[in-house]
Amino acid sequence: MSSYRIQGATGEWEVVIGLEVHAQVVSKSKLFSGAATAFGAEPNTQVSLVDAAMPGMLPVPNRECIRQAVRTGLAIDAQINRWSRFDRKNYFYADLPQGYQISQLYHPLVGEGHLDIEADEKAGIAEDKRIGIERIHVEQDAGKLMHDQHPTRSYVDLNRSGVALMEIVSRPDMRSPAEAGAYLRKLRAILRYVGSCDGNMEEGSMRADVNVSVRKPGDEFGTRTETKNVNSVRFVMQAIEHEANRQVDVIEGGGKIVQETRLFNPDTGTTRSMRSKEDAHDYRYFPDPDLLPLELEESFIEDCRASLPELPDAKRTRYVETLGISAYNANVLTAEVETARWFEALLEAGAEAKQASNWVMSELFGALNRLGTSIEACPVSPAQAAELLTLVSDGTLSGSLAKQVFEKMLETGDDAGTIVEREGLKQTSDTGAIEAVIADVLAKNPGQLEQYRGGKEALFGFFVGQTMKAMGGKANPGVVNELLKKALG
Amino acid sequence: MTNLTDLGIAAIRDGFRKGDFSARDVASAFNDAVAAAKPLNAFIVETPDHALAAADQADKDRAAGALKPLSGVPIGMKDLFATKGVQTTAASHMLEGFKPEYESTVSAKLWTAGAGMLGKLNLDQFAMGSSNETSYFGNVISPWRRNDGGNAPLAPGGSSGGSSSAIAARLCPAATGTDTGGSIRQPAAFTGISGIKPTYGRCSRWGIVAFASSLDQAGPMARDVRDCAIMLENMAGFDAKDSTSLDLAVPNWEAALSSDLKGKRVGIPKEYRVDGMPAEIDALWEQGIAWLKDAGAEIVEVSLPHTKYALPAYYIIAPAEASSNLARYDGVRYGLRDLPDGANLQDMYAATRAAGFGAEVKRRILIGTYVLSAGFYDAYYTQAQKVRTLIARDFDLAWEKCDLLLTPTAPSAAFGLGEKSDDPLAMYLNDVFTVPTSLAGLPAMSVPGGLDAQGLPLGLQIIGKALDEQSVLNASLAIEERAGFTARADKWW
Repeated sequence: MSSYRIQGATGEWEVVIGLEVHAQVVSKSKLFSGAATAFGAEPNTQVSLVDAAMPGMLPVPNRECIRQAVRTGLAIDAQINRWSRFDRKNYFYADLPQGYQISQLYHPLVGEGHLDIEADEKAGIAEDKRIGIERIHVEQDAGKLMHDQHPTRSYVDLNRSGVALMEIVSRPDMRSPAEAGAYLRKLRAILRYVGSCDGNMEEGSMRADVNVSVRKPGDEFGTRTETKNVNSVRFVMQAIEHEANRQVDVIEGGGKIVQETRLFNPDTGTTRSMRSKEDAHDYRYFPDPDLLPLELEESFIEDCRASLPELPDAKRTRYVETLGISAYNANVLTAEVETARWFEALLEAGAEAKQASNWVMSELFGALNRLGTSIEACPVSPAQAAELLTLVSDGTLSGSLAKQVFEKMLETGDDAGTIVEREGLKQTSDTGAIEAVIADVLAKNPGQLEQYRGGKEALFGFFVGQTMKAMGGKANPGVVNELLKKALG
Repeated sequence: MTNLTDLGIAAIRDGFRKGDFSARDVASAFNDAVAAAKPLNAFIVETPDHALAAADQADKDRAAGALKPLSGVPIGMKDLFATKGVQTTAASHMLEGFKPEYESTVSAKLWTAGAGMLGKLNLDQFAMGSSNETSYFGNVISPWRRNDGGNAPLAPGGSSGGSSSAIAARLCPAATGTDTGGSIRQPAAFTGISGIKPTYGRCSRWGIVAFASSLDQAGPMARDVRDCAIMLENMAGFDAKDSTSLDLAVPNWEAALSSDLKGKRVGIPKEYRVDGMPAEIDALWEQGIAWLKDAGAEIVEVSLPHTKYALPAYYIIAPAEASSNLARYDGVRYGLRDLPDGANLQDMYAATRAAGFGAEVKRRILIGTYVLSAGFYDAYYTQAQKVRTLIARDFDLAWEKCDLLLTPTAPSAAFGLGEKSDDPLAMYLNDVFTVPTSLAGLPAMSVPGGLDAQGLPLGLQIIGKALDEQSVLNASLAIEERAGFTARADKWW
């Protein structure tokens, strides 16, 4: 059980959270028109006659968008509805050319599913937890109003109008901001694995409506508020924290929570009322008469299923059980599809799994962090890294030499072998050379030698260090250890 | 020389092919007739140049031996079809001056087949009306007059009233119409011409200004059954741009025309005998039965028990869809924009839609908004959809006993302009015989049967099974041959 509680004047309060995530479908064209969907194009350059709702224009469903939503549904283990239907959600706004949004209220494409979030003690998630997903439906995005183009007028950009969205509606199963954050990160990871949404919250291709209510533990659900269009994991967590505390304050102050839509202000981390239920639109949903019901054939669904990649949970289990990687490493390596892809390319190029996982976790992540770059943009390829790791495992490079070589690889993009040759960084196992250096080190440090022989064995490391230093780090540490033990008697 | 404007589609096509006249002669004759018929107000825009250009092309094609199905034939285009570069208004102030950048699928097919356009025909605003009195561009007047010497202007029917008036007055040999609840059939009946609404999905709706999407269907109006068959062949066909379009080959209806109805059973639905229907219409119906028997058909009595619920269901479903379909006319992107000083977005919507829509359109938007609103949806919209299903089932059950149905097209002959415009319910009753077929998506045709005592045309309606336009056309042809309807309106304009 989650232990997240808000301490109010009247005792502890539990927070109940549900998320409605809008995820833009990865597709070259819009849900019901052939217009392009690229982000950042000049305003109104990706608008078809259908998107502009010219008289007599009709929507035709884009198969690829439906396919992506079905694949997403399969990835969260959801019921795929063989028969679904599009409804019109009617309201007037300048960014909504048709005067209605084509959505799915009554018969969504995807039904009940779920995803699992992992225990995370640091975040206060005590144990693994399954979060229910009520449905995924497909709908059109609206255009965008631009208020900064003219002192008294607003302009409309319809590039986004008609772009396909999946609305992924969770059950009210989350009980803390951390759980909501973990849910969002997991959902985002799955979408990116599946390739149905790029998960880019900054560009708005994924955003969340956050439903929050509070109750005394064990009580019925309280009245919820919905905070619209929150566009980062951190902001979602902030919005929950603020909203839950606000609700506790209102209730404990003798007030009542009103069901309403709220807006999040990222600058202050607070929410404010946008409109109450009384002012809520009557959307007059009804089946869109321009479209036939969507009927899916089994073969279409099976093709969608067959096209799914290995998903994060399955991958993590395989890493632990088959590859022998630690649970912690497996978790990190599978959390983002790009990391997993890079790591698996590394294994494919011949690297050994445990060694490779440790190296990625420490050396590679450290380097990427320092360089401020992403794994896709890493200047060293998985094949190059595999060569480097082979040079370590066959004894050509010591751990510290490998670090130096990796640095040079990052700088130059050259292969490990080339760098080793050019810079003469090969470690030596030449016992004669090492013995000569050891003799020299012992001769130069008579005091330490005396203490060591007097019983201060901790000084062994000192001699190893001096020897390695004298050899410029190129001596094979195993051989050094062995020869030193012999020399020190 | 023959008066070219007296010729129908087949006669023009065939005479042109034989070399009896040039396409330019035909286009010029009709252009002149159109220009001389302003009092009828049948056209919103005249496009003589379009007709001449198509005619000149047809003359060239004939010389080159590259004739097309409608080479040399000029037609009228209901102003609900988007025509590229030519004002398309749906007879509404909202779209006055709107020139689309695109061509509707149906009109494009007709131009590809070689036809030329004489002009854009007037209609009830957004196709909402049964008398053509709701057009922003003024009433269309029927060329017909009662024989009482009173010269009262009569309604040409609606919504395709410009089409019916223009064909009856010989301003064009044929025209497109659209039919949502009877908008092809009732005006055809009022003006003594023929018109067929095909099975829902036969003709693409792409580029037709939408009224009620689940009911709207384009079809031809012409002087006789053969001409309707020729037109329909060149209007129908699958269109990937319309999800509700039927992916079926277009039959060669004209070639298969036959008025021999041996082996066909024609049902007479008893529920269509409504109270207060003029005896003349009953008599014509009986006459129609006799004609069909004479053509070899077997007559059977059938029951369509849910007929009486069709009109109320239609006047829920059609306005519901219309209220949503017409939301796009908001002043933001095209068409009328009324932006009062200091107005905000809501003010702009209100002012634009108040000024842009006529009273009947507003009435239907209000009805539609009401029946879809929270708390009323189930009582109205859901119920109406159930009724729609039951009506479709009525027809399915009837098809177990018969192949076609014969009914009157409308419960009255043409009425005078203004006679019903203050009483929307009386106006809606005009559709009582045409609406059930629309709800069921079935093909149905109106053919002239005779004149009433006042000298006004009356129509008979043939209803067929889904996709069986051929039988509908054939039975209509059998009536046409026996009715020998040659009456025409005396020219007064």
